[in-house]
Amino acid sequence: MDLPVIASSVAPSGGCAAGICANSISQTGGHSEDLTEALRARVEDHPCYSEDAHHYFARMHVAVAPACNIQCHYCNRKYDCANESRPGVVSELLTPEQAVRKTLAVAAAIPQMSVLGIAGPGDPLANPERTFATFRELALKAPDIKLCLSTNGLMLPAHIDELAKHNIDHVTITINCVDPDVGAQIYPWIFWQHRRVLGREAAAILIGEQQKGLEMLVARGILVKVNSVLIPGVNDRHLVEVSKIVKAKGAFLHNVMPLIAEPEHGTFYGVIGQRSPTPAELQALQDACAGDMNMMRHCRQCRADAVGLLGEDRGAEFSLDKIAAMTIDYQAAMALRADVRAQIKAELQSKRDQAAEQALKQAEQARAAVAPQLLEFPIRPVQPAGRPVLMAVAAKNGVVAVHFGHAREFLLYQASEAGARLVGHRKADAYCAGDDSCGDGETLLGRTIKVLEDCEVVLCARIGIEPWGRLEAAGIQPNGEHAMEPIAEAVMAVWQEMLAAGKLDPGRAEAKRA
Amino acid sequence: MALEIIESCVNCWACLPLCPHQAIFAAQPHFLIDSEKCTECSGDFRAAQCASICPIEGAIVDELGEALNPPGSLTGIPPDRWAAARAEIAARQVVNKWSISGH
Ligand code: SF4
Ligand code: SF4
Repeated sequence: MDLPVIASSVAPSGGCAAGICANSISQTGGHSEDLTEALRARVEDHPCYSEDAHHYFARMHVAVAPACNIQCHYCNRKYDCANESRPGVVSELLTPEQAVRKTLAVAAAIPQMSVLGIAGPGDPLANPERTFATFRELALKAPDIKLCLSTNGLMLPAHIDELAKHNIDHVTITINCVDPDVGAQIYPWIFWQHRRVLGREAAAILIGEQQKGLEMLVARGILVKVNSVLIPGVNDRHLVEVSKIVKAKGAFLHNVMPLIAEPEHGTFYGVIGQRSPTPAELQALQDACAGDMNMMRHCRQCRADAVGLLGEDRGAEFSLDKIAAMTIDYQAAMALRADVRAQIKAELQSKRDQAAEQALKQAEQARAAVAPQLLEFPIRPVQPAGRPVLMAVAAKNGVVAVHFGHAREFLLYQASEAGARLVGHRKADAYCAGDDSCGDGETLLGRTIKVLEDCEVVLCARIGIEPWGRLEAAGIQPNGEHAMEPIAEAVMAVWQEMLAAGKLDPGRAEAKRA
Repeated sequence: MALEIIESCVNCWACLPLCPHQAIFAAQPHFLIDSEKCTECSGDFRAAQCASICPIEGAIVDELGEALNPPGSLTGIPPDRWAAARAEIAARQVVNKWSISGH
């Protein structure tokens, strides 16, 4: 099957990955200032898209759309166990009426809740009646809530007009490939026009509809985010191409997530032993695809029915029987919500202003540190002031606040002359539960160290002697001296110390990168 | 002439909205087809709609008990491979239990 939509916009491939990426940066950089500003304004209080907003605003998902119309090799609808934390797997299926009630209950109790999404299990557009019934009611009853949905894209063109009618400003499409030969290794079949279509033909149809859907959404002014699952050996290098194409077509964000495959999940990939990417592989690919859109680095692949701020699951407070017993005065709630939103926006703005000032000061200091040489020997090649350093931070609410042994995740910052930049996050299992049940502590600590192996420094509020030694032995410097400081300041302080100690000379210790 | 949903069904809902005769209903422990209403889609579609979207091999059978989607036809996982993986998982879980009860 021919895919003219794609073929016409794909540059001839070839050349190194770096070359392709440089292209994609200049492409995205080509957006007009206005567009970028407008986009920023639209996503700045979206907990999933804004790096700082996710500390303040909350999102929730409701599971109303169980049916799915395609099969992905990384999914198994059979599986829904208590330990499950993959995106798209939830336990409580709601009717549209229940979903609306739950959303209103949460929005009234948690005024920061700003986004309601319909995602998995299943595909929202394979259940159009249930999905649109939910959206229609919410747009009517709670116009202050942003609506979004995640879809595999197969039925996007078919439902685009209905979608555009509602209060929907974000759509996430999972696009894992733009080449049917790659797609045939990811999707064994789709359900299309009343029959099951297999193999390459299925992939070609899916890809065609996804790309058409993306274009139609952009044409209607609906924000589009693209998610991709990184599958080593299947679509890893191909994703750079995917990134380039979807951004050129107007997707505002491309988020690459790691494949999670275990035999226990009973998925095709799990059973045949397809491996997941290492954190470093994922990061390299995210860097390759980032362009100027690095807002998505904090994505935590939250549970689809999670309620609350990212990283914090308050779903249990809003079970069906509990919400049935609540009385909700949404008009009153809406006024409160508006107040809270205004407060948060003001706080965010002042933080952003401060950060900008800080960055300016730091850049000046850094320049001052190298300036004399540059001025005296302007002909000599510019000496970089110090190489960039990758640091892991055990943080909460924007400050270095977590005990190393209690950290469930680490934020990854790259510190360089240009300042501190959030480049990702790594999950860890808190190996110390604070009581004497640390039976698995030893192996968990080992796993945490492995997850952080490409970092040079780990910042935390406190750390025990044993993990300190183990980290040092692994070539990672623990640092507990910046407890309760804002992350960027702490990271830059450590970087400046390393610089002053001569640890960052370009010739020295590229140990971690070798 | 009717199809039947059997116990390997995982209640995924995919088939239910597609039936032209509303023959499928959600039930416990698994979805069921009302044999009075099911026509095997004859006259409506070339292929039985429920069996064309069902993701579970063997969950929908005909009157002879033959699976419309036999093992290996959908997931691409050969049945012996699946069996080996299950055995491996089971073995690992036994080991885990041992090490947990060890302290
Ligand atoms: S075969 Fe057709 S009529 Fe029978 S249950 Fe399935 S979808 Fe309905
Ligand atoms: S599609 Fe198959 S597994 Fe899903 S509910 Fe119907 S019969 Fe059960």
